[in-house]
Amino acid sequence: MDLQPVWDWFRVLHATTGIKLTIFYDAFDRLRFLNGFLTSIRLMALCLACSVAIGIVGAWVQGSQLKLLRTVTQAYIQFFRNTPPLVQLYFFYFALGSYLRITNAAGLEVPIVSNFVWAVICLSLYAGSFNIEIFRAGIEAVPKETVEAAEALGYSRLKAYAYVILPLAFRISLPALNNNLVNLVKTTTIAYAIAVPEMLYVANQIWSDELNVAEMMNVLLVIYVSLVGMLVYAMGRWERALRIPGYTP
Amino acid sequence: MLQLVIFGIAAIASFIVTTGPLAAQTLDKVKQRGVLVVGTKADYKPFGFRDTSGAIVGFEPDLARDVASRLGVRLELEPVVSSNRMQFLQQGKIDLMLATMNVTQERRQTVGIIDPSYYASGVNVLAIKKAALKTWEQLKNQKICAIQGAWYNKVVAEKYGAEIVAFRGQTESETALLQGNCIGWMYDDTAFLERLGDPKWSAFEMPLETILDEPWGAAVKLEERDGPWGQFMAKTITEWHRSGKLIEVEKKWSIPPSAFLKKVSAETK
Repeated sequence: MDLQPVWDWFRVLHATTGIKLTIFYDAFDRLRFLNGFLTSIRLMALCLACSVAIGIVGAWVQGSQLKLLRTVTQAYIQFFRNTPPLVQLYFFYFALGSYLRITNAAGLEVPIVSNFVWAVICLSLYAGSFNIEIFRAGIEAVPKETVEAAEALGYSRLKAYAYVILPLAFRISLPALNNNLVNLVKTTTIAYAIAVPEMLYVANQIWSDELNVAEMMNVLLVIYVSLVGMLVYAMGRWERALRIPGYTP
Repeated sequence: MLQLVIFGIAAIASFIVTTGPLAAQTLDKVKQRGVLVVGTKADYKPFGFRDTSGAIVGFEPDLARDVASRLGVRLELEPVVSSNRMQFLQQGKIDLMLATMNVTQERRQTVGIIDPSYYASGVNVLAIKKAALKTWEQLKNQKICAIQGAWYNKVVAEKYGAEIVAFRGQTESETALLQGNCIGWMYDDTAFLERLGDPKWSAFEMPLETILDEPWGAAVKLEERDGPWGQFMAKTITEWHRSGKLIEVEKKWSIPPSAFLKKVSAETK
């Protein structure tokens, strides 16, 4: 499909109204904005998946018999929940990153972990710490009798968690989880501080070059509102699909 | 969805409407208030940086002080960075910008850039010696640290295919370079001069030819470029060149003599 007429329309829009959307008619800006958009999507998808996984595993570990394991989980939650994500990002990238280096073939010392991976690690751990608490709230809302019934039927702790407790707890946790995931999607923008070329970073570059701050701000606004809207819609659908008629914990 | 579209359109429209006729003239406003607010860099040694007490000092703050004393008002310095300096001026947060800004055609349409220029710099790369750079073409697909908002980021990315990794300020770029996140740091050549003499930077060099030589312009609001405030600044800068003030301030901060200043002061004499 040839999109040239569309791009040209935006060029005419600029010439006639002064609304300067170079991301449509300037090939260089278009490519970098598209790459920024895709980087954002990748970052969001990876962080969402990892943070939910951290939440599920962490909530299970929290109920462990081993005191040491519980203490470690608790320390992790307190550390990541109680410090600003931007500070964590700087800490990982600039402080930890400076120790994790190897010498490459050309004899240069290069970092082992790229800025994108640091962003995924940091944001996942950050949102994951909240998710653990969210799932814990769900687990504690599962009736004690149900857990005892599962134990009476011979379920091990892990099996009871996977087949009985988590499916019920997950349903209870969904609204709160929804909130946290929306927050996570928006928080991915701070990755621009360590030069991950996501959407905000690219938009910032474009408006510095083209001086179209207002237009790019509006583009960002529309895209983020749409992305969050889609996430909320999908989560809402999921919540309804998982509903058990008549079940109120 | 429809509401969203309407909201978006309204937001765009409101931006267009706000760039209407100007209110009070800056020159009158400054005299009335008794304070001149100048936007300068605070992370660009020696042109604008913080001393041990936290005060902003340097080449540009000295020039700003001279403007304030000519007007007989108190000076207030507002730290700016490349990506917000023009917006600060448009919003009226600062009355005058002296912030290492290269003059480009695009920028002339956005802010009121004063002629003549007061300084000039080009673009260069502070590179790791081991990378053995010789030409700009070698930057293709190499990671190069840079500052967000610099106008040449796009030019170098487009022309030489360098992968630009841009940070918010000098400190972040500097740290990223020292930690090996990029093979070089692209910035104004003037910013590197002092570093090359520093033992901390002994593993680095400036092997490429300086490109994209551009003058630095002071700026006022676009509407006031030809008004009393713009004319006052044009006259002031001409006098700086004529009296040798710029060369004197350059010496004070031990900046290597720039060819640009020598040329202009020879012309104006």
